[in-house]
Amino acid sequence: MKYRTRLSLDILFKIVFKGTGLLVLALLGGILAMLVYNSFSFFMDVKPLDFITGMEWSPTAAIPKYGMLPLVLSTTLVTFGAMFIAIPLGIGTAAYIAEYASPRVKNLLKPAIEMLAAVPSVVIGFLGIVVLSPGIADLADLSNGLNALNGAILLAVMALPTIITIAEDAIHAVPKTYKEASYAMGATKWQTLRKIIIPAAAPGIIAAVMLGVGRAIGETMTVLMATGNASILPTSMFDSVKTMTATIAIEMGEVPYQTTHYFALYAIATVLFLMTLAANMLGEYFINRFRKYHAV
Amino acid sequence: MKTKLSARNLNISFGTKQVLKNIDIQFVENEITALIGPSGCGKSTLLRSFNRMHDLSPDAKITGTLQLEDLDLYAKSVPVTQIRKRIGMVFQKANPFPKSIYENIAYGLRINNLPCDKSIVEKALREAFLWEEVKNDLKMPATRLSGGQQQRLCIARAVALRPEVILMDEPCSALDPVSTLKIEELIVYLKKKYTIVIVTHNMQQAQRIADKTVFLYLGEIKEEGPTHKIFDSPENEMTANYIHGQFG
Repeated sequence: MKYRTRLSLDILFKIVFKGTGLLVLALLGGILAMLVYNSFSFFMDVKPLDFITGMEWSPTAAIPKYGMLPLVLSTTLVTFGAMFIAIPLGIGTAAYIAEYASPRVKNLLKPAIEMLAAVPSVVIGFLGIVVLSPGIADLADLSNGLNALNGAILLAVMALPTIITIAEDAIHAVPKTYKEASYAMGATKWQTLRKIIIPAAAPGIIAAVMLGVGRAIGETMTVLMATGNASILPTSMFDSVKTMTATIAIEMGEVPYQTTHYFALYAIATVLFLMTLAANMLGEYFINRFRKYHAV
Repeated sequence: MKTKLSARNLNISFGTKQVLKNIDIQFVENEITALIGPSGCGKSTLLRSFNRMHDLSPDAKITGTLQLEDLDLYAKSVPVTQIRKRIGMVFQKANPFPKSIYENIAYGLRINNLPCDKSIVEKALREAFLWEEVKNDLKMPATRLSGGQQQRLCIARAVALRPEVILMDEPCSALDPVSTLKIEELIVYLKKKYTIVIVTHNMQQAQRIADKTVFLYLGEIKEEGPTHKIFDSPENEMTANYIHGQFG
């Protein structure tokens, strides 16, 4: 190829890639602008403080109430519940695959986990309705099992593949020299795992957990199907809850265009966005704290 | 002259590849023994068989008798962690843990249920000639030390457990001459208390520090003896060729 052609190709691709990079930024900016713009329209009608601290969400009542606290609490409850289950299971499984499992078990387990990730959320929600929720109802002696616990268990199942895969990668990536050094000092496998490998893999493990949290906060279909969708202030895991995502999904289809209620859904979406952002930034913060010791 | 560490009729193979053949060797207490030989001759494999590092590779097959004094190193009743506490190891590439300098030494003490306080850590660092350089930065991540300091930290970490034998796998191969010299000085100082086996590619290093030298070639011991004899009047032609740099 001629020198000039090569040179112009080089410049062309520089522009193309710059373009794709800027496009992503523009998309993010556009989404953010739309959320904020519509949220402002909402806050013209309802005071932000009333929105954030309001204890009641009943936008279709005679006197509409736009308190999002029940929704935020629902999302938080389900997410934390899910993480409470998924983090120990996920890290345990990851450690097992990376450190203990024989190659045969590993070859069985890894594809199985990938397949778990491939199960559509609507199927998980369905299983939640027909299998899990009757079980919870029986055990806890409730009229039905469509509650926060049901949603948390299902979300844990959905977040597990993400957490396991990324945490396993992180554990696997810990330099072999650390392990050798630890064993050479007389450490057992468990001591090495707990004191050396997991701390060294911590940035990756935290990233895995944060991605799991992101998945759990943002998940819609499963919680919509499995948590009962009662917009009351939840007091325990056995209460029916209506998460922020489910609220938007359910109500967006029925709400009259450009009404206060319509804008309220945007405001919820903005808060959801901020929560996810906070989860990610928290993850970054921890990653940097641990990275300090990894610097070469 | 008491034999501290020995191997009799040792054969090691990985899968179908035999790496060591009929090795018979003794290491004398408070002596430095250098293992030399071309790459792939089995020096490191031999070294690592003494603290059972091959336990980590499932395809390693080991036959023969390895002993620390009278203790059979591969006996089922002997916990591997006990052996590794008594036989310390320093690796080719300095591998401090991604923790602080203090924690790097405290870790080994804690996992072995040994007492651990600042004076014990200080003693280990002093013995590794590192104390003066790091005494004000004990909380600093160990990875920020220079390569030579990191390697001395690894030696301090091994020394802190008060082992009987220290195995060193080319501890200076990644270091500059000044750091190398410091570590050699340290090794010679340590032999008063410990039995040291060192793998090295550096002929001058072997001559400078080792009391005894063992030449391995293709998994067999070709010649062994006092260092000056191996280097001044080798009996085996292969040894002569190797130490004069004709191959390797």
